[in-house]
Amino acid sequence: MPGFKDKSGQSSFLLSAMKNLLRYIITRVLLTIPMIFILLTLVFVILRIMPGDPVSAMLGAHAPQEVIDKKKEELGLNKPIIIQYINYMNKLLHFDLGESMIFKQKVIVPIKQKLPATIELTLFGMFFTLLFGIFLGAYAASKRRTGRDFAVRIYANVVYCIPVYWMGLMLQLILGIWLGWFPIAGRVNARILVSTFERTGFYTIDTLLAGNLYAFGDVMLHLFLPSLTLGIVLSGIFVRLTRANMLDVLKSEYILSARARGIPERKIVYRHALKNAFIPILTMLGLQFALLLAGAILTEMTFSWPGIGRLLMERIYLRDYPTIQGVIVVFALFVSLVSLIVDIFYAMIDPRVKY
Amino acid sequence: MTQKSKNIEASGYSASGRMGRVFEWLINANKKYGVEWWILIFGAVIILFISYMALFPGTLAPYNPLDQNTGPQLMAPGPGHPFGTDNLSRDILSRMIYGSRTILGVAFTAAILSSLIGIPLGLISGFIGGVFDRIFSLIMDSIYSFPGLILAIAFAAMLGPGVVNITLAVAVVYIPTYFRLVRGQTLSIKEELYVEAARAIGAKRSVILRKYIFPNVIATVVVVFSLNIADAIMTEAALSYIGLGLPAGIPDWGMDLAMGKKYLPSGIWWMITFPGLMIMTLALGFTMLGEGLSEILNPRLLER
Repeated sequence: MPGFKDKSGQSSFLLSAMKNLLRYIITRVLLTIPMIFILLTLVFVILRIMPGDPVSAMLGAHAPQEVIDKKKEELGLNKPIIIQYINYMNKLLHFDLGESMIFKQKVIVPIKQKLPATIELTLFGMFFTLLFGIFLGAYAASKRRTGRDFAVRIYANVVYCIPVYWMGLMLQLILGIWLGWFPIAGRVNARILVSTFERTGFYTIDTLLAGNLYAFGDVMLHLFLPSLTLGIVLSGIFVRLTRANMLDVLKSEYILSARARGIPERKIVYRHALKNAFIPILTMLGLQFALLLAGAILTEMTFSWPGIGRLLMERIYLRDYPTIQGVIVVFALFVSLVSLIVDIFYAMIDPRVKY
Repeated sequence: MTQKSKNIEASGYSASGRMGRVFEWLINANKKYGVEWWILIFGAVIILFISYMALFPGTLAPYNPLDQNTGPQLMAPGPGHPFGTDNLSRDILSRMIYGSRTILGVAFTAAILSSLIGIPLGLISGFIGGVFDRIFSLIMDSIYSFPGLILAIAFAAMLGPGVVNITLAVAVVYIPTYFRLVRGQTLSIKEELYVEAARAIGAKRSVILRKYIFPNVIATVVVVFSLNIADAIMTEAALSYIGLGLPAGIPDWGMDLAMGKKYLPSGIWWMITFPGLMIMTLALGFTMLGEGLSEILNPRLLER
């Protein structure tokens, strides 16, 4: 172990590494600001040139002109776009997403309420993605150029081309309707009162905290189909990636020496090689997170999942500008946060990575 | 006579005549590239078949896709209606055949549009460099890192339903894909010796860009173009699935899927199975073509 005897040298090395990491994190966080700014500008402009506005969506097409004008003035929609834009950005700089134009509530309220549902779905989806992706990929690599390898490669290609909502519908049909094993809509059975356990909004955690195992089981049952859907569809990319990386790793010399020492092949593949093939997979997870989010929106639509994607769709129809913008900000933050976490993780596992 | 052509003659194909030469070429290509070659051919066959459906739907479809008098409502697949009928007793097979027009048209046009904007921007941005390049890269990266479907939803909602509008919504999302690819290629190619040589003999910048850099960039674009169409197909179907796509009256796979969703709880499986299968098959065709092309154009990958 380097620096074993010289403890002070070790700690100063650690300290400088921490400093570097901190500097890296700060740079990365600062870099997400222009990204959010550009996206918001784009969305702001799109929304303002969209035909239709919140006032006519609210009052109907036949409202008298003076009522419409009064409402527009109230919402600040009569001002020039550039002033509206500056006002909005100013508020955003003070961490204020503004107030909904349709409902008398802060934009952050419905977002806070719906976000846990989306995060829960995304996390469980990610779990299934990695489970299928990594094990099938490693398996295919260990059986390279055999029929089984080819079958897994076909699986990866086909699964990648399945529309996520179709996968959801088919699973609903087969496992939900025909076999009757799983519920096909919502987060929890309507007979279970959410108010008896709701605390954080993450129902899996809430039900456990409340000690209500029956409700926990029900929540898991509801979670199963949507996250399985997401997991299967996205696993294609990870199968291919894991397979490619494993093939590289399996060619390396330390694997050869492990074989020479007579370590069982299964242990070599799943213990020794998989560990090293993991780093690129992690990076890919960060890159594919946007895809996971997009898939989550479609899955929410299919499974009537009360998440942030459904919120976005509902508010697009109502032309509720501030809420739509708010959701976009949250999505952008989400994507950059995940890629940041992945990068930090990456830097921590692989000492060769410089930040 | 080489060993290869002997084998071909032994296998019953004569090397004479045009068809013979095509066969010989096909078989040689198979020997050279192996599985990847068949992936490419398989993808191409799917695309050709569905393109035929899109171009000449009348020759294949048994009914008019909008005809509401083809038989009983919600009939399960059976004689007369191989894919069954929907809730308005329209023939699903005919709707699938006519629906290929919409999705292929939208996806293809969208991919062409985004490459027409993305490629020149990427070329110029990579070639000029400097502040211009930085600003464009930042904008494109911001769009690229954001979930494309959500942006497409926003655009589609803004423009309202319609074939042209949905095409534009899909096209905008994929501009950064081409931009990033072409910019990266341009950055590395412009340092090549032959570009320097061209500069040394006094070639104009526009000439260097057009005659020296562009032809070398375009090879990689072909692969991405094919994969991009697959993506565009999925995005188009997703948009019309959530009801942002097309006005009623145009047969469209995504819309049929959304309609079938309502009848799912009563176990009507044929209304969702076939549109989904069609979307998957078409996307698979373009993915396989792209995969095959990329493996064949990039021989380093072949050993995998």
